[in-house]
Amino acid sequence: MESNNSRSFFGDFKKYLPLLQNLAGKDFKLKYRRSILGIAWSILNPLLTMLVLTVVFGYLFGIGRGTYADVPDFAVFYIVGASMWNFFSEATTGSMTSVTAAASLIKKVYIPKYIFPLEKCLFALINFAFSLIAVAIVMIARSQFPGVTLVMLPVPVIYCLLFATGISLFLSAVTVYFNDVIHLYSVVLTLWMYLTTLIYPLSLVETWKGTSVIMTVVVTVIKYNPMSMYLTMFRDVVMNNTWPSLEQHLWCFGYGILAMLIGVFTFKKLQKNFILNI
Amino acid sequence: MAELPAVEVKNVDMHFKMSKERLQSLKELFLKFVKRDLKYENFVALNNVSLTIEKGDVFGIVGLNGSGKSTLLKIISGILTPTHGEVVTRGVIAPLIELGAGFDLELTARENIYLNGSVLGFSKKYMDEHFQEIVDFSEMEGFLDTPMKNYSSGMIARIGFAIATMTVPDILIVDEILAVGDFKFQEKCEARINEMMNNGRTTVIVVSHSMGQIERLCKHCAWLEHGNLKMVGDCDTVCEAYKSAY
Repeated sequence: MESNNSRSFFGDFKKYLPLLQNLAGKDFKLKYRRSILGIAWSILNPLLTMLVLTVVFGYLFGIGRGTYADVPDFAVFYIVGASMWNFFSEATTGSMTSVTAAASLIKKVYIPKYIFPLEKCLFALINFAFSLIAVAIVMIARSQFPGVTLVMLPVPVIYCLLFATGISLFLSAVTVYFNDVIHLYSVVLTLWMYLTTLIYPLSLVETWKGTSVIMTVVVTVIKYNPMSMYLTMFRDVVMNNTWPSLEQHLWCFGYGILAMLIGVFTFKKLQKNFILNI
Repeated sequence: MAELPAVEVKNVDMHFKMSKERLQSLKELFLKFVKRDLKYENFVALNNVSLTIEKGDVFGIVGLNGSGKSTLLKIISGILTPTHGEVVTRGVIAPLIELGAGFDLELTARENIYLNGSVLGFSKKYMDEHFQEIVDFSEMEGFLDTPMKNYSSGMIARIGFAIATMTVPDILIVDEILAVGDFKFQEKCEARINEMMNNGRTTVIVVSHSMGQIERLCKHCAWLEHGNLKMVGDCDTVCEAYKSAY
């Protein structure tokens, strides 16, 4: 076994696979340690949030009363989208501080540094898998059953994972240099959520198009927002029994690859001096 | 055929850009950048250092504080990337720089042993095979399922040492020989290190300020002064020169 200081970026990934598993396992154990319901919270949490939002948006604002063709049932509409949005938001916020939090390790042992953001993405993916149980419960309760397109379920998840990993690599590297990113990103994430078709369908905002220049811009941003695209594709295969179009695939995959390129490039460029800055 | 050396350090330079003040925010950086007020001080920690350490050697590095010893060790173990030059290592490196660096005190000892093993790059299967060995060596059998935050520092160090030396690594890096645990455990640790040094396969790199220790253990030695390699060679010769210089 020979190595030198120009180790390949993803070269010794296999060797550190157990570390990835152990770190994710550790996060999982610690998250629910000393809580009585434990893992059940992974399912209960999205269910309770869904209840609140269904009352507010589904009943009070009337989105759930069959006004919009793409929202057959608000509870289902929301929880399917929320499971994916939460995955993205958890992965990126978790990753952001992952490198700085591992400072004591990085300073003492050689570990490929991308392990840390990757682990947070993996951890978010595990939580996402649990939240799918909540999705199933709601779908059964509202008797909205998925069709054959359900077999496509992993596809939007993989696209979104690519995208989230790219953003995570970027954020975790930049945070080492500027703590500001942490505060800035929490605001960005809130704005991002409102610009995503999470609590409202695209057809609702499309009626605003043309009312003014600003509105047209906002609607375009919402439509071409990568997260809206992922949510749409995910809803298509899980609840609408619709096969995603080739165009959808190209957009979703394209955004994922673009984010990965930016993330890997930035991380690679900045990681050399991590140790001098953490 | 002669075996390839375990560590080759080729013309390594290490420069640190030390900004006079640490910038923590984008606004500060932006303002300084606009005002062209970014001050850096270039600090040369290592200057054109070349070394070859043969397989099975016990190699000592001596020098005053701040001469670049720890920087060199960090470059060899891959933690730091040199500014110029190249380092080639052949084999598994076990860092003994600080014991228990990878522990999460909320977890139990059992969980930490697996976590720390994977930090060092060992597979789960490998850890399963060596788990009992680690427990026996550290003598912590009764406390395996206690969260480590309830451990004393001596107990933590015992587990850390047992993991780090469980394998017979190809290259062992020892930065100041350990002073952990009670005297009986210390003896046990030294015996373990001696055993590794004498097996003829493991290359050991030792940094110490105790000249007695270096002279007792090492075959070859390097002397660093202000980042420059002053002398390399036979341990006795280098140590004599080093001692007479100050």
